[in-house]
Order: sequence, then structure tokens, then C-alpha cells
Amino acid sequence: MEREQPPLGSARVTSPIAASVTRPRYSGPTPPAGSSSTRSAWRRWRDRFFFVLFFASVVIGILALAALVIDVMTDGLGSLDFSFINSYPSRHAEESGIRAALFGTIWITVGTAAFAIPIGVGTAIFLEEFAPDHWAVRLVQLNIANLAGVPSIIYGILGLALFVQAFALDRSVLAGSLTMTLLVLPIVIIVSQEAIKAVPGEFRDAAFALGANRWQVVKTVVLPQAIPGIMSGIILALSRAVGEAAPMLMISSLVFLTFIPSSPGDRFTVLPVQIFNWVSLPQPGFQAVASAGIIILLAVLLSLNSIAIWIRNRYQTRY
Amino acid sequence: MASLNPEKSREKRKLTGFRASVESRRHARRWVRAEQKVVLVVLVLATLVSVLATVGIIYTLLKESYGFFQVVPVWDFITGTKWAPLFEPQAFGVLPLIAGTLLAAGLAGIVALTLGLGAAIYLSEYAPDRVRRIIKPVLEVLAGIPTVVYGFFALSFVTPLLQSFLPIPVIFNVLSAGIVMGLMIMPMVSTLSEDAMVAVPRELRDAAYALGATRFEVATKVVVPAALPGIVAAFILALSRAIGETLIVTIAAGATPNLTLNPLESIQTMTAYIVQVSLGETPQGTLVFKTIFAVGLLLFLMTLIMNIVGRWVVRRYTERY
Repeated sequence: MEREQPPLGSARVTSPIAASVTRPRYSGPTPPAGSSSTRSAWRRWRDRFFFVLFFASVVIGILALAALVIDVMTDGLGSLDFSFINSYPSRHAEESGIRAALFGTIWITVGTAAFAIPIGVGTAIFLEEFAPDHWAVRLVQLNIANLAGVPSIIYGILGLALFVQAFALDRSVLAGSLTMTLLVLPIVIIVSQEAIKAVPGEFRDAAFALGANRWQVVKTVVLPQAIPGIMSGIILALSRAVGEAAPMLMISSLVFLTFIPSSPGDRFTVLPVQIFNWVSLPQPGFQAVASAGIIILLAVLLSLNSIAIWIRNRYQTRY
Repeated sequence: MASLNPEKSREKRKLTGFRASVESRRHARRWVRAEQKVVLVVLVLATLVSVLATVGIIYTLLKESYGFFQVVPVWDFITGTKWAPLFEPQAFGVLPLIAGTLLAAGLAGIVALTLGLGAAIYLSEYAPDRVRRIIKPVLEVLAGIPTVVYGFFALSFVTPLLQSFLPIPVIFNVLSAGIVMGLMIMPMVSTLSEDAMVAVPRELRDAAYALGATRFEVATKVVVPAALPGIVAAFILALSRAIGETLIVTIAAGATPNLTLNPLESIQTMTAYIVQVSLGETPQGTLVFKTIFAVGLLLFLMTLIMNIVGRWVVRRYTERY
């Protein structure tokens, strides 16, 4: 531990050795018990001061969250009623509604779940239960970790070039769902792997001892145990997809959509894209509409997260 | 625990006698083996999707960027100081976008490191367990809020607040976007740093306390140095997140490619430029449209390198106790 310069009070001391010999006031790193030396008072003051500072950073974080919620609520609660939920976007702020975006979000979320859950859980099962310790497998694992860190806008570029153009899916629900699938896939894989890892090895050994093969062990022992963890992880991943705007901005890019999709080939808009459109409109009335949209979006996310936490608490088993 | 499903075959055995039972058991075993083979193929195919995703990203970015770089030399792209692909005369120097991106991410990093590290030290060294269990999830809510909501918050709350005491000429400024982005990545810094601090063994703290150290001294001279690789990695990963963030900077920081270090000015980040082009009327296949792939490639490489470095720091420097 490095020794600090003695502060005030001991400024006249020239040699610390001389000081400790000739004076009762001791300025070393460990003040003797009972002595109320200036140094130990300074150290205690500094301890108190930084405690306040560290605590303040927590408080600032919580205050910012509170400010955000209050800001959105004061702007948006006035515009929030049933006609807002049930109307299509309009050029007039007071007639605008979120119906198209709400149904678009439901379509995209269900579509994403339909692709991401089987692919993601399948990958996790393969990597955790079947894959040999091989360089190629380690490379796949590394690749998944890297994919999780790729900015979401890059998935938008990929979706635009691959699904919208190359696969000629146009700006459809299907193209949007596939883009979102690639975005959440690394998260689904990683949370599923965690859940599968948490199943104790003894369970597998017991099943193997009964003569089960690897897939039987996975199907009848590992998956039933891991499913609550996988489920809550998947819901959290999907809530990320619900709130994600950047790639959807590139895929959907429609401001005024006055119908709800009726098939995977239809055009769509989603809640965050609709909110972005309203935020970027200069007319003042649309700020209130944007806030009302944000309240709906936050409500959807809050319920998704509550379900995930409920599943985790209800079914989680500790071994 | 679920059973291994032998009931059915056992029932059959009772009904049909020994010989048939051997026959049916052999049949069942063959069936089980075939099922595992099919499942294995399906699982490998699923695993290949994530590999194909990476291949798809790299292939798309490289292919379209290649077309772009045949017209605009790479060196001019990287060192040019003027970015104006949408105006005549066109200019394709990406430095203003990089400067805007780094300025926004840097401001976010300052906010996130100060608040995040402070919060992590408080949570790991000071907070009673009961308080910690309440505060931690509340802070993590910050990480779950959609970025479009943060963009709205920056534009409608933080910018007016800053304008009340700073000379901000236009409503769009990188300071507001940076601060809000800092709030967004703060939980990432605090959670990952706290995990690293909690992993520092009790004995090290006890030894320092036994020498008469205060809690502040234990935190800053024992725990933080021991947890430094984790903290550095958390910071790098959070910065990479800030560099790739799109909505906050698109909404609050403006759309003016601007080679500046002044946080009160309007700038444009790489991500905001990609959004601007893809929302506009630019026809696909044109040179302007190809710029988003070149900028995207640069963004992809920057975040990839930071993520790899971040994980490498953890692996290389984490001490095992």
C-alpha cells in the first residue's frame, strides 16, 4: 500500500522518523488506538466524504430514472385513452393512434419467437450436451459471443441487403421477423446455455446409468429441468426485440401505415419506429403523442419482464 | 424428475410374451438410435445458423463496400475531413462521422465510468445486503429501457435543462446525447465492475482493515486494484455499446457531419448517418446507398475489436484466488 503525504497539521515535520521519536503525535499509516491525531481525523473525514460521493452516484442513477418516468408521464398521460390505442396514425396529432404499431409489434414478436426459440435452444443443446471439445466448436462459441456485441444497426443493414433485397421478401413482417431473429439469437443461445449448465451432472449420470442415450437424457431429464430458466431468458430476449428500433427503422420505414398486417407478407410498423417518427415530427402536438406511445411501450416491456421474473421465482430450483 | 418412458414397452411385454418382447425391445432400441441421429442433424443445422449470420454480415458488408471503394479510394475515405455524400459536390471523408461517434461515446463513457464505478463501489463495499438487493435491480431497469425512449428523454428533458445554463445554439447537441447514453450504459459498468469486486476475496479486505485502513482506503487501494481487469473490461464493453448505439444520437445529437470536439455542437455519428440514408429516398445500388455499407463495415470492425479486447483483458489479467 502506498503511503500518502501527511496533510495539514503535520506540515512542519521534516523527518517522519524524528517526528515519531520526539512527538506524541504519530503521522504514520497506523495511528495508535485512542489518539485523535489530525491524520486519522482527515482519513475518517475522507472516508465519510467518499461514502457520500459513491452513494450519490447511485442516487443520480435512480433520480435519472425517476426524471425519465415523470417526464414521459406528464407529457403523455393526457393523450392516453382508448381511442389512442385503437386509432391509426394521422397527420393530426390529436387523432393519431398506435393500433397499427401495436399489432405490428405483436406480429414481429411472435414471428421472432417462432424462429429464434427452436434455433437458439437447439444451438444451446448442441453446444452444451453433444458438441465435442473441438476447435471448431470453440470457434462457434466465440462467434456467438461476438455476435452478441454487434451493434443492432448492423443487423438492420444485413436484413435490408439479405432479406428485403436478396430474398425479395420486401419490407414485410417476415423480413422483419428474420432480422430480429438474428439479432436476439445470440442472447437466446447464451441464456439457454446458462439454464442447461445449471442442471446438475448427477441427474444426467443417473439417466445414463439407466441405459438412456444422450438424446433421451436431454429430452427427459435436462430439458424439463432447464425449461423455466430458458423460458424466462427467452422472454427477456424478446422484450429486447420489442424495444429495439434501429434495425426495424431500416426494414419497416413507413411513417403512416393505416392497416394492420394480416399475413407475414404484409408491410408493418412497430411501436419504437412509430414513436421515433412522432419524436422527429416538428409540430408540438406530436410530443405528447410520442410520450403516450412510450407509456404503452414501457407497459408492454414491464409486463413481459414481470412474467419472466415470475417464471424464474415460481419454478426456479436450487440444487 | 421425469421417467425414461419405459412404461409402454413394459405393458406390451406383459401381453405378448418373452420372444415378442425381445423383438419389440430390439425394435425400440433401433428407433431410439435413429431418433438421436435425426435430432443431432437438426441441432447441427440450428448451430450453423449463427455461423451463417456472421458469414452473412461480413459478406454483405465487404461486397457492397468493395463496390464503394472502387470509386472512392480507401485512403481518401479514412483520412478525408469532409463528409457530404448527399450534397453536390460530394465528399466522402469519414473522419467527421468517426469524430462525432467517438465524442458521443467518450462523453457517455465519462458519465458511465464515474457513476457506474461509484455505484459499484457503494454496492460492493458499503451497502448493507438489504439495500443492495433493492438498488441493484432498480439500476438495472436503466439498461432495459428502449433506446428510443432515451432519445425522447434527451430531447425533451436533458437538452432544455442544459440549455438553461449552457450556451447551446441549436436544440441538437452531442452533450445531451452523451449524458443520456452514459445513463444507459451505466448499469453495464456497475454490474460488471461489481461482479469483479465481489470476487475479490474477503481475506484481502480483512488484512487491510486489520492494518487500520478505512473503508475508502480498502475500496480504492485493495478492492479496485484487484478488480481492475474486470472494471477495464466492463468499461470497454460499455464503450463499444455506446459506439454502436443508434437511436439516442439520431434523435438528440443531430445530423450535421462535424469535425469538432465541442460537446455543445450538433454532430452526426456513423449510426445516425446509416439511419438517415436508409430512411431517405436514396435508390438502392447507387454510390450514396453503398456508403452505408462502408460506414457499417467500419462500425462493425471498431466494435468487434473493442469486444475482443474487452474479453481478452478479462481472461488475460483476472487473478484467480
